[in-house]
Formats: sequence, C-alpha cells, structure tokens
Amino acid sequence: MNFSEVFKQSNQLCRVSPDGKYLATCVQYRLVVRDVNTLQILHLYTCLDQIVHMEWSSDSLFILCAMYKRGLVQVWSLEQPDWYCKIDEGSIGLVSSRWSPDGRHILNTTEFHLRVTVWSLCTKAVSYIKYPKACQKGIDFSRDGCYMALAERRDCRDYVSVFVCDDWHLLRHFETETQDLAGVEWSPNGCVLAVWDSCLEYKVLLYSLDGRLLSTFSAYEWSLGIKSLAWSPSSQFLAIGSYDGKVRILNHITWKKVTEFDHPATINNTKAVSTLSNEYMSGALHLPYPVQRHLKNHLICPLPVQVPVVKPDLDRANPKVGVSSMAFSSDNRYLATKNDNMACVVWVWDMQRLGLLAVLEQTSAVRCFQWDPRRPRLALCTGNAKLYLWSPAGCVSVQVPAEGGFQVQSVTWHCSGDSLILLGKEQLCLCYMEVGEEEEEEDDDVK
Amino acid sequence: MPESSLEIKDTSCSSSRYRMSSLRQYSQSSVLPLPMTRNPYNMPTISAFCTEDNVSECISYINREVSSLGFPLLCTESNNGPELNLVDVLNNVYNLLQLHRRCLQTVEDIEVEQVKSNSNMDYLQLSNTRLKDQLELSKRENTGLLERERQLQLKVKSLHNCLKNEKEEVQKLQSIIASRATQYNHDMKRKEREFGKLKERLNQLLIDKKDKKQTFEVLNYVGRSDGKRSLWKTGKTEARHEGEMYKTLLNDYDSRHKDLLMENAELKKVLQQMKRDMVTILSPRKHSQSGEKHDDSLEQTSSEEDEVCDSSRESLELSCEHAREQLTNSIRQQWRRLKSHVERLDSQASLVGERANMNAIPKEVHEQEMDRLKLEIQQYKDFIHTQQQLLQQQLNSPCDDETASLLNDCYMQEEKERLKEDWKSFEEKRKNFEAERRNFTEAAIRLSHERKAFEEDRATWLKHQFLNLTPFGDQMKPQMSKSQSALSGWAESKVRPVSTPAKLNKSLSHTAFSTSRASPAKTPSTADLYRTHRLIPEKSPSTIHPKQDSSILRNGDIPAQLRHVNGGANC
Repeated sequence: MNFSEVFKQSNQLCRVSPDGKYLATCVQYRLVVRDVNTLQILHLYTCLDQIVHMEWSSDSLFILCAMYKRGLVQVWSLEQPDWYCKIDEGSIGLVSSRWSPDGRHILNTTEFHLRVTVWSLCTKAVSYIKYPKACQKGIDFSRDGCYMALAERRDCRDYVSVFVCDDWHLLRHFETETQDLAGVEWSPNGCVLAVWDSCLEYKVLLYSLDGRLLSTFSAYEWSLGIKSLAWSPSSQFLAIGSYDGKVRILNHITWKKVTEFDHPATINNTKAVSTLSNEYMSGALHLPYPVQRHLKNHLICPLPVQVPVVKPDLDRANPKVGVSSMAFSSDNRYLATKNDNMACVVWVWDMQRLGLLAVLEQTSAVRCFQWDPRRPRLALCTGNAKLYLWSPAGCVSVQVPAEGGFQVQSVTWHCSGDSLILLGKEQLCLCYMEVGEEEEEEDDDVK
Repeated sequence: MPESSLEIKDTSCSSSRYRMSSLRQYSQSSVLPLPMTRNPYNMPTISAFCTEDNVSECISYINREVSSLGFPLLCTESNNGPELNLVDVLNNVYNLLQLHRRCLQTVEDIEVEQVKSNSNMDYLQLSNTRLKDQLELSKRENTGLLERERQLQLKVKSLHNCLKNEKEEVQKLQSIIASRATQYNHDMKRKEREFGKLKERLNQLLIDKKDKKQTFEVLNYVGRSDGKRSLWKTGKTEARHEGEMYKTLLNDYDSRHKDLLMENAELKKVLQQMKRDMVTILSPRKHSQSGEKHDDSLEQTSSEEDEVCDSSRESLELSCEHAREQLTNSIRQQWRRLKSHVERLDSQASLVGERANMNAIPKEVHEQEMDRLKLEIQQYKDFIHTQQQLLQQQLNSPCDDETASLLNDCYMQEEKERLKEDWKSFEEKRKNFEAERRNFTEAAIRLSHERKAFEEDRATWLKHQFLNLTPFGDQMKPQMSKSQSALSGWAESKVRPVSTPAKLNKSLSHTAFSTSRASPAKTPSTADLYRTHRLIPEKSPSTIHPKQDSSILRNGDIPAQLRHVNGGANC
C-alpha cells in the first residue's frame, strides 16, 4: 500500500474522471486536473468564484464547476483547454447543478426550486421543467442514461415525471400516493422506480418504467419511517433502512419483505464475527491476547458483544437514530449498514445467507464507508488518521503517513478498485493498493 | 382381692365405702358358704348368717365391724360369755339404719348427678357435632373465598399488566406524536424560512427592477457525445421513445420469465426426483409390513409406478395446472407416508432400545475390543518396524574386527557344518556302493565258479560224447536227451547267463575301466574281480578242486544254480 503526498483541496471536492485517468480537485476557485497515477498537474483552470460543486461529464471530456452564490456554472474542456462555457443564472439564483447522462446537457435548479433549466452544449435549445420538488432526492437518472425521473409537487400533490434524456421528451407523468415524496431512485436495470415518502410516513412505492404502480410497501405506521434506501446491483433486492433501526429487504419478484436485519445492542449471533479496532492499544508494547495474522490491529471479540449505544435526543427533529447509510457490495454478496444510535459500528450482512456476517466496531463514529467497485472490500474512516479496510478474509487498519495529522473525513474508491482517495478537511491523499494485495496488506504496516 | 366396683365420688362415703367393701370382701370370702338372696336394693342378703351354733362368732364379728364403724359395741365381753346389750344392739341397728339411709340418699344424689351429667354429655356431643359441621362449612367457605380471592388477584395482576401495556403504548404514541410534532415543526420552520427568503427576494426584485437575465456564453457548440445529430421533436420520435421504453420493459420481463421458467423446471425436476426416491424407499418396506396393509400397498405402489411412468411420458404436459396439482398431491402423500413410516420406526427403535439395552452393551464392548485390537496391531507394527530398522542398522553399520572375525568364524562354521553333512552323505553313498560292489564281486565270483564248473561239465560231456561216438547212439539218447535237455536247459539258461556275464562283463569291464579312476579303497575289490575274471578262462584244476568238487557235486543243479545266479545277478 502506497500513499501519495498530501495535496490541498477545498470543500471536499475531489473527483476521479469516469474513465479513471484523471483526478480533478478544487482549491478555492481553481480547478486542478491531475493524472491519477503520477499526480502531475495536467490542467489548471480558474473560475470566477469559490467552487461549490464540481462534476465530470460522463465521457470524461468536460468538467462542470458551479458557484451557487454567484449563480454561475462554468464548464471546462480537457481536450481544448481554451474552450470555455459559462452559464449565468442571473437573479433567479442557483441551488444545484448537474450533468445529464450524455454529458452534453446541464441541469440547473433555480433558487426556491422554481424550475429546472436544461442547458445544452450542442444546440441552442433550452428546456424548462416546472415545479420540481425540493426533497432529499428529487432527480435520478437511470443507469443506462436513457431516462430521468423527476419528482414534482403541484397543488399539494406529488407527481413523478419520466423524461427521455435524448431529447427531454416527457415520457410519463403520474401522481404518486405519497404524503410528502422524499426521493426517487431507479433500479440498476432501469425498469423499476422506487419512490419513498418522508420520514413521517413509512411508505415505498414501486413503479414500472411505464408508470404503472407495481407495489406498495409499508412496514408500520406512525413512527418515523424510512431513512435510507439502496438497490442491490442486480436489482434483486431493495434495502430499506428506517428510523426503528432495522433494514428491510424486499425481493424484486413479489416486492414483499424477504427478511429484516436488526441492529441490536447485544449480539449473540454465533455466525458473525465482531472485530474491534484497537488503535488505542497500538502504542502498548504487548497486546493482552495474540492477534491473528489477518487481523492486524484488530481484535476479534468473544460473543456476546455489547455494542455501545448512544441514546439520541428525541426532542430534536431528524434524530440520530435509524439506519442512515447502506451500501451493497458490487458482487451483490454483502450489505454494509450503519445505525445512527451506534455510530461507531458498521454492520456487514451476508446477502446469500441473509444474516449478519461481521460487526466492525471503531473507536469513534464512522464517518464514511464505501465498497470497492470491483471486489468485496469495504473501506471506512472515522475521522482519525487511519484508513480501515474490511474484506471477508480479514480486516486491516493503516495509518496515513502525513505530517501534521491527516484526519480522514471521507473515502472514495477509484473506479478500477486499485486506489483510494482520502479526503481530509483541507487535504487530499491517494492510497494505491498493490495488486495481489490481501496478504501483503497485512504484512505492511506503514508508519 | 377384688376391688369394689362401686364408683361413688362422694368423699364423705369413702370410709363407708371402704367398710362396705370390706364387708363385701368378708361376705364373699367367708368360710361358710351362705345362701344368698337378693333384696329390692339389690344387695345380697344373707339369711343364714347367724345360726344357733355360731352366735358368739357372729357377735364377735359384728362387734368388730361395729367398732370399726365407730358405733358402740353390741355386747361386752364378760366372764360368762358374750352378753348382748340390747340398748347397744338397738343403737347399733339404729345407727346402721341411719347409715344405710344416708348411703341411699347419696346413691340417689349420685344417680341424679349421673343423669344430669349424661344429659350434659349428650348435649355437649350434640353441640360438638353441630360445631364441627359449622366448622366444616366455614372451612369450605373459606377455601371458596380464598379461591375467589386468588382469581381476583390474578385478574388484578392481568389488569395491571394490561394497564401497564396500555400506559406504555400511550407513552409510545405520545413519543411518536411528540417526534412527529417536532418534525412537523422543523419542516414548518424550514418552509417558513424559505418563504421568508422568497418574500425577501421578491421584495428585492421589485425594488431592484434590474432583472439579471440568464446568460449562456460558450465558445463554440460541442458535438454530441455519440456523434449523431439531434433530431427534431416530432410525433415519430415520441412514438419511437414509447417503443423503446416498452422494448426495455419487455426485455426485462422476458429475461425474468426465462429465469423463472428455468427455476420452475429445476424445481419440478427436483420434486419428481424426490417423489421417485420416496417411492423407492417406501415400496420395499411395504411388502414387509402386516398383511392387512398388503393389498393396499400393492395397489398404491402400482398406482405410484403408473404415476411415475405417466409423469415421465407426460413431462411436457406438466405445465398444465392439473398435472402440477397431481404432482404436488402425490408428493404430499408420499411425504406423509414416509413421515408415518419414520415415526413408526422411531417408536420401534425406542421400544427396542428400552427393552433390549443389552444390544447396546455388546456394541460398546465390541467397539472397545476393536479399539484395543487396533492398538495392538499398531503396537505390533511398530515393533516389527523397529526390528526391521535395527536389523538394517546391524547390516549396514560398519562392524569392528572382533565382530567381523566372529562373523567370519560363524560363516566358516556354517560351511564346515555343511561340508560335514555332505561328507556324511558321501560316506553313506560310498558304503552303499561298496556293499553293492561286494555283492557284485560275490556274484561275479559265483558266476565264475559256476562257469568253471560248467566248462568242466562241458569238457566232460564232450569227452563223454567223444568217447560215446558209437553207432549205438540210441542207448545214449536218454542220456543225451537228458544231457540235451540239460544242455537245452542249460542252453536256455546259457542265454541268460550269457547276458548276465555280458552284463557282468560290462559291469566288470566298467569296473575294470574305472579301476584307474577308482579310489584306492575300491581297488582290492577290483583285484579280486580280476582274479576271478582270469580264473574263468584259465581254469587250473588244482586250484579250483574244492570248488570243482562242489560244482561237480552240484552238477544237476547247475541250471537251477545258474538260474539262481541269474536271479541273484539280475537282482
């Protein structure tokens, strides 16, 4: 495992191009494009204001930089560094900006979600979409880039519009039976659209591509409902994480609950392995018990394990309870979840067995975790200077070698799965994995 | 002495009781068997207590008694004899009567008391039973009440629980309401803030009036990512979009349908396999079951077989509802049968296990034996192995001189022994050979003697012949015939002796030839043979006279002898 030197970045804006060759970072109002392997600066662009949002186009040719305060969007080209494009939204303001899947249209959402403007880089055509909904996830593109689902709200009612991304033709427009639609998400195969309600009502609606309601799922009433949702990469399962601390898995044939995963405070499951990272002990000369070879700096805890629970303040809105983040591994085999009551713990579930596989307990709250896009390997960080990796074979923690302390706030995998981008507060570091990694990882302990 | 049976509790009469008892005693143990009658008081009266004979005795007795009672004496002793004092007597009688009356009175009183106490007792008994009944009743009531109390307490507890649950639920609902309220409030506030911002912006716009329009500056338009040119929005494109959408959906459904069909086919196969397995498992067992089920089972097995055949033939038609139902039903049936069978086996096994736990023990013993034997085998194997190793070591290891010489000696010893054995065998053979040679030599000697004799006979016969060569040949015929017969006999036998001499010659020649090679031990015998050999042609009469005589004497027996010799030589 090799670590690159530390670079500056701002606003946690650091993206790898979709083809995996370039790394774009923002430093204040500058956009820096580097080569991923050598980290040499290839291009340097200057924007008019501090960049708040940065995004690569799908063909890795253009980069979009948005400055919401000024209402500006600037697009840069990699092929032609002289090329420029500037979109000024004027007095109408700018709240969000994104690329369309074909990489030639930019969707700007105005302030107060008045409308969505679709700017084209190829033609002079401009499209407006009215009444977009301001919610958790109001727009979603299907994975093949053909369709866009947009949540709308008119006359106190929720609607979903399906657009064809080719020419922004409105394909379907239907009302949803939700109280307050919170988000839309396409299934990976692009045939089913999941629509869920706000946390005051537990409701998931599944619509077919042509707008027919396939099924409704509601686990319980009155208590706070859905907090997060995730499709499995094969579209077989839909995982719904809710405020009651449970994850419910629906199957794609009957859209009925297959199982539910609970996050109890005491774990007695003998099939699960609980590991505790013991960095607070790494300074000691000897450890109280022998550490297994593939669990460097981790301890396997004997069952039953008590997971530390933090009782949240229920008087506040959006309480820190419930399953807030879930992620399926790319091979469909594993699901990683995090329950906000037990923020130090990441739970890994085996989807074949539909049971708990591992419990990763950290010393502080887990900030971010992400699966390797190629293999079942989970990277997570807790805000300290260490990077944690888990795979079914074992787990390892690595210290990021940086002077002045590097606090890892977020972790992103490179699309090839060979390297990781670690983002600190104002810093950025790359971690290169070596191929044939697993055994070597455990033996190397980078200072 | 028998005690008085009177139970008089009156203590004042205790002394009279005593006295009466003593009177009774006396009356009962008196010497005189006095006739007794009963009076109205049921006291035995003795009518013949005093007779004329025993007056004095009676008087004295009565005196005694009376004095013990404390009354004045009946009579006083005087010189003349006992004299009755009438006054005293009367007084005594009076006293006695009074006493008697008093006693009667007491008896009455006592009887009255007794009656009273009896009635008291009855009364008490009655009340006792009554009270017992009451107690019983009250106890029952008590238990009943306790039972009711217990039930009520249970009810109370369950109601408490219900109440607790309800309270909890109420609390939960309250908390839910509270959280919802906070959420609503939060959202409300957010919306209000947004609304406020909107209002401000509106105000700003109204004030400013400068509407910064949207602008879009671009150096040049870029081509589409896929290189195609964008199309106009027409009805055709819309239709195309619709078509594409449906195509995607249909593709997805197709693939899912295919997957499901495959899965279905697999499952059906599995079910059929299961059914077949179950049929095979159940059918051989069926025949061993009781006869009452035999017919049914046969029918069923045959029907099952039919089903199996049918299903294999109609596998294509299994997609139809009816066939599927049939399959599932038959599988359920089979499964039920299998289950019942297994249950039966289980119960049987448990019974057997209970009854004959002996079986378990031998098995354990058997196991132990097996283990022990295995251990032994292993030990032996190890032993053999070590032995082998040691042996190898011995063979391979370089030994020092002593051992080497020892070993050599051993080898030498071995060889010597072997040679000794060989020697022995050779010796034996030699002895045999010698014996045979001796026999041969003897035979040869005999033969030579006989030949000599024969030659002499021939010579004499020829002489005779020569001498008898006369015209009178007829007289000689019987002799001739005799001699001819002898000759012929001899000729016959000559053939054989010729052969035997030939043989002998051969053997002799053999021995003659082998003389040079023969060991020194054998030469004397050959020398003898030589001599005998030479003796045969050169018969000097002087030397063999004794033998001649013997041979002549044995003239007639020559053929026989020769024949004997033949036999002897041939053997």
